[in-house]
Amino acid sequence: MPEMTLIDALREAMDEELARDPRVFITGEDVGKRGGVFRATMGLYEKYGEKRIIDSPLAELSIVAIGIGAACAGLLPICEIQFADFIHPAFNQIVNEAAKMYYRSGGTWNVPMTIRAPYGGGIGGGLYHSQSVEAFFTHVPGLKVVIPSTPHDAKGLLKSAVRDPNPVLFFEPKKGYRSIKGEVPAGDYTVPLGKARHAREGSDLSVYAYGMMAHYAVQAAEQVAREDGIQCDVIDLRTLLPVDKESILASFKKTGKALIVYEDNLTMGYGAEIAAILSGEGFEYMDAPIRRLGAPDVPAVPFSHPLQEAFMPNPHKIATAMRDLAAY
Amino acid sequence: MPTNVIMPQLGESVVEGTLSRWLKQVGERVEEFEPIAEVTTDKVDTEIPAPASGVVLAIHVAEGETVERGTLLAVIGQPNEQVATAPSAPPAQAHAANGQSVVVAATPPQAAAQRYSPVVARMAAEHNLDLARIHGTGLGGRVTKKDVEAYLAAQTSPPAAPLAPWEQPGGGDLFKPTDEIYAAANAKPVAAAPQPSAVPRPAAPQSLPPSTAPDGTLVPHSAIRRSIAKHMVESKLHTAPHVTTVFEVDMARTMAHWKANEAPFAAQGVRLTLTAYFVAAVVRAAQAQPTLNSRWTDDGLLIPPSVNVGMAVALQDGLIVPVIKNAQDLNLVGLARQVTDLATRARAKQLKPDDLQGGTITLTNHGVSGSLFATPIINQPQSAIVGVGAVTKRPVVITDADGNDMLAIRPMLYATLTFDHRVADGALGDAFMRVFKDTLENWS
Repeated sequence: MPEMTLIDALREAMDEELARDPRVFITGEDVGKRGGVFRATMGLYEKYGEKRIIDSPLAELSIVAIGIGAACAGLLPICEIQFADFIHPAFNQIVNEAAKMYYRSGGTWNVPMTIRAPYGGGIGGGLYHSQSVEAFFTHVPGLKVVIPSTPHDAKGLLKSAVRDPNPVLFFEPKKGYRSIKGEVPAGDYTVPLGKARHAREGSDLSVYAYGMMAHYAVQAAEQVAREDGIQCDVIDLRTLLPVDKESILASFKKTGKALIVYEDNLTMGYGAEIAAILSGEGFEYMDAPIRRLGAPDVPAVPFSHPLQEAFMPNPHKIATAMRDLAAY
Repeated sequence: MPTNVIMPQLGESVVEGTLSRWLKQVGERVEEFEPIAEVTTDKVDTEIPAPASGVVLAIHVAEGETVERGTLLAVIGQPNEQVATAPSAPPAQAHAANGQSVVVAATPPQAAAQRYSPVVARMAAEHNLDLARIHGTGLGGRVTKKDVEAYLAAQTSPPAAPLAPWEQPGGGDLFKPTDEIYAAANAKPVAAAPQPSAVPRPAAPQSLPPSTAPDGTLVPHSAIRRSIAKHMVESKLHTAPHVTTVFEVDMARTMAHWKANEAPFAAQGVRLTLTAYFVAAVVRAAQAQPTLNSRWTDDGLLIPPSVNVGMAVALQDGLIVPVIKNAQDLNLVGLARQVTDLATRARAKQLKPDDLQGGTITLTNHGVSGSLFATPIINQPQSAIVGVGAVTKRPVVITDADGNDMLAIRPMLYATLTFDHRVADGALGDAFMRVFKDTLENWS
């Protein structure tokens, strides 16, 4: 199996979907000739032409609105938001239109649209190029929210997103675009939406994470296993909405202890929902307070490098939290 | 950092203990949780585990000394480590003037107010565990799920338990006719009277070698013997007017159930004995007649909400009565587990003081030594004690459904209820025993 980076896997998924189904098209800022700011769509313009790889104006509202209209008309749009930080102008289109279309039209219209957006910090991007925005959208029924952490899943999940009849927000951990590598099967395969990945087997505590944090959680788990003999059961959530309760609870029933890691700021973050599921449906298996590790509640990811380091959860902080919880 | 070894709280109501023996001396290496000293309280000997690994740097309490809980007993640290002369002690109390023991008014150990996580509470309920017995390895001595799992794993493969003490011939005074005991007790002072001062009282209640006295060999009383003597005299002669009623029980059904279930219980790691059935029958009777599951006070009869059954266990040097708490909540499996656990630990002298407290009624199975019936003495401040004799095959007259009498060989038992006549009259005692008898005769 060829090894490739996260971003190469994403590009391969889009390439194969474009080739597979003529209804698939891509639109977004600089996605055409320039191949996207992160080169996610590099080469696709040359291969599929300007009618299927469409550079958009610098207006996120219209990117998503065009996607909704095209989807209702029977196409399968992949809209790229250059940075998740810029998705907010499109918030009304996503929440009020895309998410509610099927419900509002009594099942007459659906929106099979995929919105890709790089998210997350740790890349020196400062206030406007580092945010985690998933919690805004996981609150909205009618949407699906996906965050891959491995190249294998990135390709398989993106294909599932493109083929899904609902609007899917597909957030990509940009820090891992080129730093995360892994084996990716050649050719067509999908990874189902709504199923978490059992990233590591362990019996001492459960760790729930997604995106870059899932990657770090596995690193930290290997470290505490090596140094302290603590065995963590790591669950890579990979689809945040709908949430895979079954996998989440199965792990918790085994360990009785839960650490939830996300790089968004802590309060009201996505991990709060996992904590609520565990305490509500796993209470009789609980052996320790449920712990969350997130970023501090400050307005933005700092641009200053030392402050950014202090802000971001990392393998060291995760390992410390794992040790504390194991000892409880 | 040196670690202090503190006299623990050994039970809810036990505030002091005697340091009977140091198992480690100054300079010796000790591992965490390794016993460092033996401590004796009223009735129980226990060991104090080392709170840390290291070397014993200092010992502050001499063997034989009785100290309060929270007293600094010793200090553990690294070799050559300096011992603070007054570790965390208020300055005024730092040194006893003559360099004797240093007493620190320490706070009680933090495990005192133990809380359990939902999973631990659930597992304890499912397996009928007393969590206080499980050693916690979590934060601040917390009992974790893994601790419970480890405890259960250890329980499922118990060593082949030898016969419990009360299933063996007992030697305690409880089993002898009371006249014999008190004849002897009354005779002694008379014999000793001529030269009372000639015999020095033994200073320590610990076992000392016998010594010769003018009128024979004087065997010093052990602490437990003294305690029993005091309680027996107090109960029978100064407190409760005893009265005894005797019932005959056909044990055929109970024996059949026992034979049929011994092996299945053993497969679950539970040793089933007849005692468990007797405890169950006592509970049933006590629930039907709560007046006898009570305590006489001057203000009124105190009837507790639960049935805590004390079971007399004969030891080599006396008799001890560990208590099955909340026995009304336990089924036969739970009772059998408790019976075996308490007996095993009684024999090993590993009962905790709390194991001996809170009894509301007592069962004594004197039948194991062949006795048919006996009139035991009430364990104060309770109101009643049930005695069960040996199960023996006897010819009895039984009547069939058509009213035909015939002779049959049945396993029969004499059971007695000795109760405090202040609390109840004969009819109530008999009502209690009818439930006891019915429970065993109709066991299914």
